[in-house]
Amino acid sequence: MAIRSFFLFILFFSSSLSPVFSLYEDQVGLMDWHQQYIGKVKQAVFSSQRAGRKRVVVSTEENVIASLDLRHGEIFWRHLLGADDVIDGIDIGLGKYVITLSSGGSILRSWNLPDGQMVWESSLQGPKHSKSFLLVPTNLKFDKDNVLVVFSNGRLHAISCIDGEVLWKKDFEAESFEVQQVIQPPGSDLIYVVGFAASYQFEMYQINAKNGELLKHESASFSSGFSGEVSLVSTETVVALDSTGSILLTISFQDGKISSQQTPISNLVEDSLGPAVIIPSSVSGIFAIKTDAVTVFIRVIGEGKLEVVEKTTHEIAVSDALSISEDQQAFALIQHASSEIHLTVKLAHDWDGNLLKESVKMDRQRGLVHKVFINNYIRTDRSYGFRVLIVMEDHSLLLLQQGEIVWSREDGLASIIDVTTSELPVERNGVSVAKVEHNLFEWLKGHMLKLKGTLMLASPEDMAAIQSMRLKSSEKSKMTRDHNGFRKLLIVLTRAGKLFALHTGDGRIVWSHLLRSLHKSEACQSPIGLNLYQWQVPHHHAMDENPSVLVVSRCGPSSDTPGVLSFVDTYTGKELSSLSLDHAVVQVIPLPYTDSTEQRLHLLINADKHAHLYPKTSEALSIFKREFLNIYWYSVEDQNGIIKGHALKCKCTGEVADEFCFDTRDLWSVVFPSESEKIVATVTRKLNEVVHTQAKVVADQDVMYKYISRNLLFVATVAPKGSGEIGSVTPEESWLVAYLIDTVTGRILHRVTHHGSQGPVHAVFSENWVVYHYFNLRAHRYEMSVIEIYDQSRADNIDVWKLVLGKHNLTSPISLFSRPEVITKSQSYFFTHSLKAIAVTSTAKGITSKQLLLGTIGDQVLALDKRFLDPRRTVNPTQAEKEEGIIPLTDSLPIIPQSYVTHALRVEGLRGIITVPAKLESTTLVFAHGVDLFFTQLAPSRTYDSLTEDFSYALLLITIVALVAAIFVTWRLSERKELQEKWR
Amino acid sequence: MEKGKGIMGSGRRWAVDFSDNSTAPSSRDIPDPPGFARASVDQDDSTVSRQKKDAESNWKTQKAWEVAQAPFKNLLMMGFMMWMAGNTVHLFSIGITFSALWQPISALQGVGKVFEPYKDNKVDLLGPKLLFIALNLGGLALGVWKLNTLGLLPTHASDWVSSLPPAQEVEYSGGGIPL
Repeated sequence: MAIRSFFLFILFFSSSLSPVFSLYEDQVGLMDWHQQYIGKVKQAVFSSQRAGRKRVVVSTEENVIASLDLRHGEIFWRHLLGADDVIDGIDIGLGKYVITLSSGGSILRSWNLPDGQMVWESSLQGPKHSKSFLLVPTNLKFDKDNVLVVFSNGRLHAISCIDGEVLWKKDFEAESFEVQQVIQPPGSDLIYVVGFAASYQFEMYQINAKNGELLKHESASFSSGFSGEVSLVSTETVVALDSTGSILLTISFQDGKISSQQTPISNLVEDSLGPAVIIPSSVSGIFAIKTDAVTVFIRVIGEGKLEVVEKTTHEIAVSDALSISEDQQAFALIQHASSEIHLTVKLAHDWDGNLLKESVKMDRQRGLVHKVFINNYIRTDRSYGFRVLIVMEDHSLLLLQQGEIVWSREDGLASIIDVTTSELPVERNGVSVAKVEHNLFEWLKGHMLKLKGTLMLASPEDMAAIQSMRLKSSEKSKMTRDHNGFRKLLIVLTRAGKLFALHTGDGRIVWSHLLRSLHKSEACQSPIGLNLYQWQVPHHHAMDENPSVLVVSRCGPSSDTPGVLSFVDTYTGKELSSLSLDHAVVQVIPLPYTDSTEQRLHLLINADKHAHLYPKTSEALSIFKREFLNIYWYSVEDQNGIIKGHALKCKCTGEVADEFCFDTRDLWSVVFPSESEKIVATVTRKLNEVVHTQAKVVADQDVMYKYISRNLLFVATVAPKGSGEIGSVTPEESWLVAYLIDTVTGRILHRVTHHGSQGPVHAVFSENWVVYHYFNLRAHRYEMSVIEIYDQSRADNIDVWKLVLGKHNLTSPISLFSRPEVITKSQSYFFTHSLKAIAVTSTAKGITSKQLLLGTIGDQVLALDKRFLDPRRTVNPTQAEKEEGIIPLTDSLPIIPQSYVTHALRVEGLRGIITVPAKLESTTLVFAHGVDLFFTQLAPSRTYDSLTEDFSYALLLITIVALVAAIFVTWRLSERKELQEKWR
Repeated sequence: MEKGKGIMGSGRRWAVDFSDNSTAPSSRDIPDPPGFARASVDQDDSTVSRQKKDAESNWKTQKAWEVAQAPFKNLLMMGFMMWMAGNTVHLFSIGITFSALWQPISALQGVGKVFEPYKDNKVDLLGPKLLFIALNLGGLALGVWKLNTLGLLPTHASDWVSSLPPAQEVEYSGGGIPL
């Protein structure tokens, strides 16, 4: 024990000497990888530049605008707008500016197309909220200046394309007017604004595009009302649906006169199909309506006459129109057929003729085509060629050209909902000899090169070879488990309902699976994935059983819709089974018990507070029955400000007898006064966290016993006034209260109020401490506080002999009803950055010291030693405290530039940081996700238990060989000398 | 003598034996001269040899005591070295402490060997041995004390609880904000 403490001391000593964990330049990419994504594409505009590299500008649901290389799909440049700066429209103006309209139409920006630099930004205000439209007319000129037409917030603006100046504006203040379309017929100086008023009146405004003067205002009322969107079929005709969704209204406003025609859908399509919706498209003369089962394409033949041109039951996607010449418009149509998709490009006025018809094999795991964008190019024989950009159900982006997928981007990974990890398969014996030899040769070659590098004999080519060898080390991307536990699978669930398995070695996708249970179906209208849980982690049967994960999803956005469970094998990505539940899933509680097949027991709580046990086996039930009285659960109702504790009561007293369903009863509740407190953050310890010891040795060999409990909840509340943005309240009327609540008994163990402080609160709980980050209004700075909890009732265990003989009850099971006596220590520090996420490193045994991982506002991850957040820090620590490693107290936490885990990279749109212990105690794996993904290995106390990657084995080997040779030679020499001495 | 014989056997005709056989009992082929009684000479010598032996045992006792006291110097030197090494754990102090522990232990193991040359029926070695052991134990104690001042002895509660795993909790509770 003493030796252990001695080694720990040495360890600390060596780490305290060099607290900086920076990397060398050539170490970048050895253990880390970084992937850039953009998210699901909402809108794409092809750049029509003749010269230079072909590119496409896209806006996405992650609020990214990006310019992509059309040849390879790489990102030229990319900008992530803020989370509340949703992009409404993009377009290219003058061939060299990318125009974006965002934030509900209130911000218009222009970006330089080649390099993505912002040219100008203008803010557009208006009288009321409305839909927003961005139009870039090609031939509308105003003093040699191209004009942008923007309708937003109930106001029509004409804006200069060069500098963003508002040339004129026109308000549409009519109370109930809802704009539906803004039309600028090419070649005219008119702008039409059409919309509905009071949901049954059609309004048309004709405006002079030169000066914003209102030329005409017509309206017509339709008793049946309107529903959904309108489709523009020509510059002066729109099609709308009535409120029942069964009658089509063709409204034309030629020359400012409104004329209309009503056509019941049943006249066009024989069998009644139920309510229809219009698929928005801009192809002139043709529009599409979609009912539950059928998609119908309808052509408008002058004077409001309608004609069905095609009816299909396949899933279909249509692109916008692309004008290929003066009077010709082409559009793309994609239909699904089992494992293929059929792409057809047609001319708008000629439905039956196809410009192009291609079939492309499509991976079923990509799901349906959601969006199509078409672009043309001129082939060498001067005919038109077409390429289409398609967005799939899994949010991936593909470019099709000449019947092939030219490139694809897995942009679903930009919107990760939840992450878990899985081990890789165990390596099996039977590696062929040839492979070993090859490996040996490679190994030797590699090490000789490395040796050359160490001895500075390597040429630049050799250095490049060394670097590429280090980066492409086959060792790190193998598909088997390794000794150190660095190789794992990251299982991620994306918003599209697709599961990906990423290899931690190089970040490649090992498998991906679009969950069947997350497909739209009759029973499940809009399924959304919620969470991932480790369902089965085989340790005893690791050779012959595969681990699996549980995906919990729900059929709709509200919490009382029924849930769906899917079980997915993590080695193969096969969906083992899926369960459609007859109850909702409000909470999922993984229990700390496993059955004989190592499936973890899970308790699912439904909206009526019934607990359902999974897996539904008798074995699980018997295990559960044994622990029945010791299982509790709590619910945080953050809207009402109530935390409730519940215990299980008895079997459900429902209409159907279900052994696996249990009633619960309320045990306790903590009610926060709604006029003074509002819950903003709750955090608990991670279920799988390992704590090495319960004692903390402080200076002078004293012991403090940590209060380590899995059932502690940290709750932060703020004054309701102060729950808004920072700076919206004065320090006097804002406060933040931090609670530590025992979730079994409901006892509040600790409560502390920070006056003059405000959220947002980011907190992390580990072992016996919690660290939280908030804003201090008085100091105008961010602050971080730490609370450590110690068990005072154990503090009298100081008799050495009792401890030597083991006559103590420190490790015997304890009940939380035994009223632990705790003391807390806390301290606060200023911190420069605002945070997006916070996490803590976790290691296999919990021995290695901890680091906090802070996701900063600059989308980087900063590692901060936990020693900086130690409530025992004082301004002048004593000698003993210094020896213990206590850092003198400072008012703010230092930011060491070298301790950025992400070094020079940025994880755009950072949302979460996940840490996973490796098998090697010193090392932890860190995965940060947002729009980008970043993975690295961290050793908070340096790798004290292994040799570093760049350790030269060859040098060691050569040294040993040289030493042995030297010994041999000197032995022979001394022998000879001795002999000569004797002869003398 | 034997050698001489051997040489004679190999061809030498004669040899003169210069060895003095006066004290040795006659066990050879040459008889004692007439009138010479060997036993009487022995009796005469006995007083001389006793004196000689007494002196020798005195010397041995003295030497034994000297040897027994030798660790004292060692002890002083060790003490000085320890004082020099200071109370922090580093390579030097660890080395000194371990040598301070090792020396007395190895000395104690070889107590018999150390006093082997002075072993005699008449010499009482118990006293020196006890002193030797006591001094070495003192050295050992010094080493242990040094070990303790370095904080490497498990004499505190912290040494025994530092790796105790946290206690198991009987109850389990889960939950949180609804999904």
